[in-house]
Amino acid sequence: MFAWLEKNPFFFAVCVFVVIAYAGIVEILPDFANRARPLEGRQPYSVLELAGRHVYIKESCNACHTQMIRPFKSETDRYGMYSLSGEYAFDRPHLWGSKRTGPDLWRVGDYRTTDWHEHHMKAPTSVVPGSIMPAYPHMFSKDADLETAYAEALTVKKVFNVPYDTPNMPALGTWDEAREAALAQAAPIVEAMSDEGVKEAFKRGEIKQIVALIAYLNSLK
Amino acid sequence: MRPGQMLSYDYTVAKLFMFSTIVFGIVGMAIGVFIAFEMAYPDLNYIAGEYSSFSRLRPLHTNGVIFGFMLSGIFSSWYYIGQRVLKVSLSESAFLRCIGQLHFWLYMLVMVLAVVSLWAGISTSKEYAELEWPIDILVVLVWVLWGVSIFGLIGIRREKTLYISVWYYIATFLGVAMLYLFNNMEVPTRLVSGYGSWLHSVSMYAGTNDALVQWWYGHNAVAFVFTVAIIAQIYYFLPKESGQPIFSYKLSLFSFWGLMFVYLWAGGHHLIYSTVPDWMQTMGSVFSVVLILPSWGSATNILLTMKGEWQQLRENPLIKFMVLASTFYMFSTLEGPILSIKSVNALAHFTDWVPGHVHDGTLGWVGFMTMAALYHMTPRFFKREIYSKSLMEVQFWIQTAGIVLYFASMWIAGITQGMMWRATDEYGNLLYSFIDTVTVLIPYYWIRAIGGLLYLIGFFIFVYNIYKSLSAPKLNAEPKNASPMGGMKVEVA
Repeated sequence: MFAWLEKNPFFFAVCVFVVIAYAGIVEILPDFANRARPLEGRQPYSVLELAGRHVYIKESCNACHTQMIRPFKSETDRYGMYSLSGEYAFDRPHLWGSKRTGPDLWRVGDYRTTDWHEHHMKAPTSVVPGSIMPAYPHMFSKDADLETAYAEALTVKKVFNVPYDTPNMPALGTWDEAREAALAQAAPIVEAMSDEGVKEAFKRGEIKQIVALIAYLNSLK
Repeated sequence: MRPGQMLSYDYTVAKLFMFSTIVFGIVGMAIGVFIAFEMAYPDLNYIAGEYSSFSRLRPLHTNGVIFGFMLSGIFSSWYYIGQRVLKVSLSESAFLRCIGQLHFWLYMLVMVLAVVSLWAGISTSKEYAELEWPIDILVVLVWVLWGVSIFGLIGIRREKTLYISVWYYIATFLGVAMLYLFNNMEVPTRLVSGYGSWLHSVSMYAGTNDALVQWWYGHNAVAFVFTVAIIAQIYYFLPKESGQPIFSYKLSLFSFWGLMFVYLWAGGHHLIYSTVPDWMQTMGSVFSVVLILPSWGSATNILLTMKGEWQQLRENPLIKFMVLASTFYMFSTLEGPILSIKSVNALAHFTDWVPGHVHDGTLGWVGFMTMAALYHMTPRFFKREIYSKSLMEVQFWIQTAGIVLYFASMWIAGITQGMMWRATDEYGNLLYSFIDTVTVLIPYYWIRAIGGLLYLIGFFIFVYNIYKSLSAPKLNAEPKNASPMGGMKVEVA
């Protein structure tokens, strides 16, 4: 049989494909719908938080920080309640990460403040002596891309039925409304920050990347 | 081709890919060494503003070595081995020659776009699949062109039976195609909403599903780029270089089909103790252990090919490279299953042991095999002998020392980290804060960086050796069997 296959590249390729595709079909498909169901009360990210999530992805924070708390006492003591599948239903893509050079961040909103994040991003060693994390000063001067965040929210609402604009869920509305809502959500964050440049810019109606990122990190809880 | 006429192979495309292997090898490894030093000495993060931070450079490093260096090596070896084992020359088909050239130049374009976009922070964040959708589409085109080249060449072959290497190339092509397509399913947001950036997209899968698909891809990109295609190379180059037939045909069959069947299941071991269903985690764990069988099947088959001919190790440094590569393959396919055992995984997951494991496979197995392939092909491409055998020896030992420093330091660092994370005092309180577990690793990060630097220095020696070979006096014919390094006489036509 094998000698025959080796002379018939077409059937050979078909066999290889069937053999390798098998695992995916059995392992991935069966539980697919189940795992995508959000935990009750779980809310999708606001536009500002999504913009912050984009900053997180842009700077590859997930290369060093995980967002997956494993069910061990040492981890629940350190980071809080272990992760549940339904908590991730609005995470596109997931940001579980594969390496902890820094600590897990899945519930960082529970134990770190805006002020802490600000200093951490400006000079990590000022709040964590010995930290090997780089500083991200450019986040304080560059604007967050709210429009792309809005585009993403609108896309997941249309394509994947993410429940924006439904009762008890965040409103998305039009682009102008979404922008207003983002400014409103950013206001208390900017208020809690000490960077003058960010405050000045916010008065002009600009939201810096750091503000969006902090909004995202604060939402992780 | 008339009867009695010699078949003259066309190496134009293979040579192009050889050069890109070297360029991306230098770039990808240099970035890797640089970010390794960044972890030991964080001030290096600020050399070039946001463009030199660890987080921006890390995807550049992984993509550069996986899809720049290794894939170039795979393509180069395909355009060489393909013609030879199928007994057909690329120059016989203007169409396939054209496809080959197009394959190379489109691939170059993709790599340039990839470097620019990742450096700018345009990323989907999925590991080893960070490229955004417009580039993904180009990647698919590159892959289709390679497929046309593979099946086109097979279509016009003279040798009716497909040699083992061809099985593995076909599997690489199909495997990566399937994985890449499914993992990169994404919806461009601008097209749906009319707002925002044209480059941005959102994943088709959410949360746990996304992670499942991602690690089904991520683990098996390792399978089909780092393993399957490299086995294709060694199954051709080792017998050629040593003049020995493959030890066992049955073992080749068993390990090929075994690897095809088992490998894809093992992705679940990246998700142990995560929120994916328990049975999937167990399956990932169990199949990872089963994976030892086909992996060691290939490796023993390769090593036993040298049976009775071990003195060649002394005479021919190229044989050394390939034997060490197989040995590292065995080592790393034993380490992988150990890491997949739940209790070990609980300790080692998320620690530095993981990059350590990856690198003894990639530096030892893939890197050594890729360089051995280029060493074997260069005299045939350019009809010139390799410049210096002793430089090869020096390179071999420097790089081996580098790998040992790398994985040894990461082993210790990983276990230390894992133990410290879970350490509690007599009242059950955590003993260390997170930063304690970071600062304690700094010495190991230095050792790792130095190990990486040694490997890079070895790579520069390799490049120098190849460069000098190109300017050596030309032979009239390409070497027939073993490479000139083996001390064999070269037949002059």
